[in-house]
Amino acid sequence: MRHDHIISAKQLSRADIEEVLDHAAAIAADPGAYADRHADTLLGMLFFEPSTRTKMSFTTAMKRLGGDIVDMGSVESSSVKKGESLADTVRVVEGYADALVLRHPMEGSAKMASEFVDVPLVNAGDGAGQHPTQTLLDLYTIRENAGFDDLTIGIMGDLKYGRTVHSLAHALTNVDARQHFVSPESLQLPRSVRYDLHQEGAEVREHTELDEILPELDVLYVTRIQRERFPDESEYREVAGQYQIDSETLAAAKDDLTVMHPLPRVDEIAHDVDDTDHAKYFQQAHNGVPVRMALLDLMLGGEPE
Amino acid sequence: MTDDDQQLRVSKIRNGTVIDHITGGQALNVLAILGIDGTSGESVSVAMNMPSDRLGKKDIVKVEGKELSQNEVDVLSLIAPAASINIVRDYEVIEKHRVERPSVVEGVLECPNHNCITTEDEPVQSRFAVVEDGVRCEYCDTIIRDNLPAHILAD
Repeated sequence: MRHDHIISAKQLSRADIEEVLDHAAAIAADPGAYADRHADTLLGMLFFEPSTRTKMSFTTAMKRLGGDIVDMGSVESSSVKKGESLADTVRVVEGYADALVLRHPMEGSAKMASEFVDVPLVNAGDGAGQHPTQTLLDLYTIRENAGFDDLTIGIMGDLKYGRTVHSLAHALTNVDARQHFVSPESLQLPRSVRYDLHQEGAEVREHTELDEILPELDVLYVTRIQRERFPDESEYREVAGQYQIDSETLAAAKDDLTVMHPLPRVDEIAHDVDDTDHAKYFQQAHNGVPVRMALLDLMLGGEPE
Repeated sequence: MTDDDQQLRVSKIRNGTVIDHITGGQALNVLAILGIDGTSGESVSVAMNMPSDRLGKKDIVKVEGKELSQNEVDVLSLIAPAASINIVRDYEVIEKHRVERPSVVEGVLECPNHNCITTEDEPVQSRFAVVEDGVRCEYCDTIIRDNLPAHILAD
């Protein structure tokens, strides 16, 4: 990997993606072989927003490589509460750690922070911006289940504010994929993402109803529509209800459709889907560990086997 | 009738800047970029929609006692890519050059995305890449296509 910092999925080439995914597959096949790889390495965790999966899987990944983490803790208990700037916080913490993981509620925060530090910095979500490590584990899951050739993927839910969607859509321009975007009109892709997809010559279609394309899909990537995106509760319920799936909905899908979700879900995927062969979202979440181990190993100077 | 004949209709200035070949209809936006609203007393002449061989229609702005900063020229080039800037001293044009479209404008425009880190109290300047049909925030990716002068940072 040529990148010091991982800020956006846009910076990842097909070769970068394959390198991380191949390395992750090697790690997943024999995790014990990597157990002491980064003894004495400390990963600085700067989470300005709540996180369960991303934070825990980065922690697990660093520990499984033999290293450890130093954690800023919650914003409430840190000096940020006293008004410290992000630029100052990262400059202080880079003195404690060998690499940094940052989640922050504002777009562009990871890019700005990376300009102030010399240690590698990973964007673990910047507002409605990007979430490139989620994308790598999403791609790993897609490659495992559906492959990257002649792929038809539907991405559904909150496409406007969903950073996992923005990162994934960019990254999919590197593979042979047709992307279908399914959302209410008010939550369609932002202009900047459309612009990039257009520039990349990506094959993109937008829909307001899943029925229109469900039977064609190899992968359905579902995201959560958040209550706070709507002016009132009734409008939210009406709209969100149209983008929920259950095992009955999936009767119209291909037998080998892969259903993914970055989690947490609320009610957009009914629990009766969990028992079907379509459900890959827990596997997807578990893949976060080998993928983040691979990324950290490559960033911290490990060579692929 | 030539361009020069047209320019004579507006009185000459002694010291200052003449911005010629502004895209027709953009003169008031050029004044906005320069922060000129007439209240500070400088003498300003504006000619709009004058015939032009090169542009069809062009605007001209003459401002007494003002020379442009690089930032002002950069933003100007985005709304008037064919503009030429004439610096006048003692009624003579001592320097004349065309604006060049920059690849990046830094510290001039404010990102319209209120959730962009550059709008916070951080030690960072706004930075926009100039793209095909507008500018794009290099931090949050927001694209501005229309009404650039409205996004000029207040001093």
